[in-house]
Amino acid sequence: MRAFLFYVVSILVGGLFFAFARWLGNDYLFFAGYTVLQFIVLATAWNILGGYCGYVNFGSAAFFAVGAYASVAMHKLAAGVDRYFPESVAGLAKLILPLNIPTLIILGGIMSGLVGLGTGYLTLRLRGAFFAIATLALAVVLQTLIINWDFVGGSRGAYIIRPSEVPILGSYIQYLFLVMLVLSVVALATARIIEQSRLGYGFATIRDDEIAAEACGVPTLRLKLIATTISGALMGMAGAPFPYYIGYLEPSSAFGLAYAVNSIAMPMIGGTTSWVGPLVGALLLGTLQQVATVTISSAVNLLIVGLLLVGFVIVAPKGIIGLVQDFMRERTSDKGQPTWRSRLAIFANMRPGAR
Amino acid sequence: MSIELLINAIIAGLLIGGFYAAVTVGVSISFGILDIVNIAHPAFIILGSYIAYIVNQTFGLDPILTAILVLPAFYALGAAVYQVYYASFEKRGQDALRGLAFFFGLLFVTEVMLILVFGVDYRYVQAAYIEYTWHIGFMDLPFRMVIPCVMSLLMVGLLQLYLSRTFTGRAIMAVSQDQLALQLMAADPIKIKRIAFAISIATASLAGALLIVIQPVEPSVGREYIGRVFAICVLGGLQSLPGTVIAAMLLGVVESLTATFSGPSWAPAVSFSFLLLTLAFRPAGLLGR
Amino acid sequence: MAELLLHVDNLSKRFGGFVALDGINLSVQAGERVGLIGPNGSGKSTLVNCMCGTLRNETGTVRFDGRIVDGLAANQRTHRGMARSFQLPRPFHTLSVAENLRIPLLFTAHSRSGRHLTREETESRCHELAGLVGLAAKANKLPRDLTQVEMRKLELARAMAADPKLLIADEAMAGLSQSEVTDIVDLLIKLNERGVTIILIEHIMRAVMSFSQRLVVLVSGKKIADGAPDQVVNTREVIGAYLGE
Repeated sequence: MRAFLFYVVSILVGGLFFAFARWLGNDYLFFAGYTVLQFIVLATAWNILGGYCGYVNFGSAAFFAVGAYASVAMHKLAAGVDRYFPESVAGLAKLILPLNIPTLIILGGIMSGLVGLGTGYLTLRLRGAFFAIATLALAVVLQTLIINWDFVGGSRGAYIIRPSEVPILGSYIQYLFLVMLVLSVVALATARIIEQSRLGYGFATIRDDEIAAEACGVPTLRLKLIATTISGALMGMAGAPFPYYIGYLEPSSAFGLAYAVNSIAMPMIGGTTSWVGPLVGALLLGTLQQVATVTISSAVNLLIVGLLLVGFVIVAPKGIIGLVQDFMRERTSDKGQPTWRSRLAIFANMRPGAR
Repeated sequence: MSIELLINAIIAGLLIGGFYAAVTVGVSISFGILDIVNIAHPAFIILGSYIAYIVNQTFGLDPILTAILVLPAFYALGAAVYQVYYASFEKRGQDALRGLAFFFGLLFVTEVMLILVFGVDYRYVQAAYIEYTWHIGFMDLPFRMVIPCVMSLLMVGLLQLYLSRTFTGRAIMAVSQDQLALQLMAADPIKIKRIAFAISIATASLAGALLIVIQPVEPSVGREYIGRVFAICVLGGLQSLPGTVIAAMLLGVVESLTATFSGPSWAPAVSFSFLLLTLAFRPAGLLGR
Repeated sequence: MAELLLHVDNLSKRFGGFVALDGINLSVQAGERVGLIGPNGSGKSTLVNCMCGTLRNETGTVRFDGRIVDGLAANQRTHRGMARSFQLPRPFHTLSVAENLRIPLLFTAHSRSGRHLTREETESRCHELAGLVGLAAKANKLPRDLTQVEMRKLELARAMAADPKLLIADEAMAGLSQSEVTDIVDLLIKLNERGVTIILIEHIMRAVMSFSQRLVVLVSGKKIADGAPDQVVNTREVIGAYLGE
């Protein structure tokens, strides 16, 4: 019943926003909304490894960029089919290429998932601190590789020509917005399902006390690899439509520091213990940044995010939902009956005493 | 490939490697000895570079001299940061996640603030020796690299002496191994750790001045050094200062050879690949632990 | 003659220059009740860590249930039937007492019984275990709301939840009252009667003497005695180790 409610509410909210933006007739809302939705996916993905398992990933940009550049590579392949494929295969290739966005998303997810698996396999046997540093290293190594790979444009960047119209909907950006909306729901649903499953319990034990977890029979290495793969895959999926959104992709924007900071700040400010945290963090910070970029400057808005991160980590380590949780904990049932607060808390998996 | 080119590349690598040791020694203390993953260390270094730049611009003072004068301020800054870190994280027994996020936030905020104040243009200093190069036959030894290398090795040597000969220094080495024994010897472990962390930040002041002598600096340069610093640290065996110097020079030479023969656009990948490979295959470092 | 369940052969462990364990030989037969005693710092917990895979020993082998387990990760050894409680309790601090007990049920019980437990079975087993150690009333509390003593009971119950063939209880009774000690000893004896081999590490001599069929003494990383409890406590070396010579 609860799961059904989740899907219905999320589709309703998304649909309402979409209808509202269409009624306004201003494409800007779709552009801004796309960015916020993208952050929801990134923040949720980061939290699966960071919040649930306790392993910090500083290289979110790397996984995001793998998805983006997979799309660019496919686009270049499609543009030059006759050049890259032998005659026998060219005909078949022309049928499949160019790939549509949903397929690119799956491709991006697979590529990034593999990168996550590989990185994890190399470094997850060591302490969490080493893994975090290795993710930093990964981002730089990948960026250097891309800069030196002329096929996808290298440091000059790559142009993506996107169709201007899409059947039924009209403008292309609205189509991209819908795609990202669906992806957000998928990401949130994944996080929620994990939380309530045996996998989620395993992740929590890794975060709380990895040695005790091992002693209880939890296969910590295997679970960490699963977390890294899922997290990386989701980030790659968020990156796959990005070149079509932005039109021109160059390494410094794909690997931008903003992605690393935001994917950490949003869950940590929103709260890392449940799927609601990254959602709240992404909505709040994402909107705040859109407003700040337009009104002040983009450097200042990054500064605000950084300061908020440091502030919250020191003062309110459990994030916004942690603060709310403490508020709820004191009020559950005077007479042993669940109050509306505790019902809401259960819906969002914020049971007092729950992970 | 001429032999002169090869030798000069190796010399350049050794010189810059010596400098890398100065950059890394702070992390050897904070991460190797205190087990604090201070990934914001490069931010303090860049801060040191910019301070040297301002003083050089305004008063014409030599950057290295500036760094030595500013050393106490950096020491105090380090002590302050440790207090916040200790009160917010270590005492509460928080998981490592929050500590890492804290330092990452510091790194990020420092970089953005520098961008806001100074912009993204490259800054450099003027000093008498920067223009000169010492020629021995076909070998080129630019002063702007020799002086920092020498100063760096001097600093690391002094630190090694301090850590092995003085009471506080040995207490610092001990605190990583046995806090209880330290307490029984009537030394306050928290105070010792604070001193150690403050020292590590103080080294950043000098490292920053040396950096801006070697190359022009802009706010994002710090991030390039994260990979180098931790690669050297892990490769050198975390707690060993001599190991750090060896690893630093090794990395310097490999980077220099890569830049000379494969092109400079590949250079950033070298240190980070080093790091990934070391972590994957030999996490105890070259000299072992 | 019962077969050997556990066979530790010439096990050594160093930390840098410090030798924590020096050539330990230990054999435990299936169904035995073994007591392991020794002064603080003698290496008892290190031995447990090496046997269970939390630490890697430098030399020597550990054979459990007929197979060498040296290369196996700790979770794999738990799946084979080794379970231990930690000397300093290590509860999962964001999970409630019941959820703490659920973890071994979710991740280990299936490898012992051949199939995953159903939700009802897991629930009832959680409550059963909590009740066995007297924590039934606190099943929904977080570890930070428990006393030290209660956390130790949780440690023991969590080790029992893994349905082990060999249970190693590391100072599970520290701080307990007289009657609580008796309760736990009875609990462990009942467990043993159901077929679980138990190694009891304790400082409370009353419990050790009443529980053990065999007593092993560790001093400064070396085994100095191994035999019937009455004989062992009267040997010169053991008395010397505790009282000083």
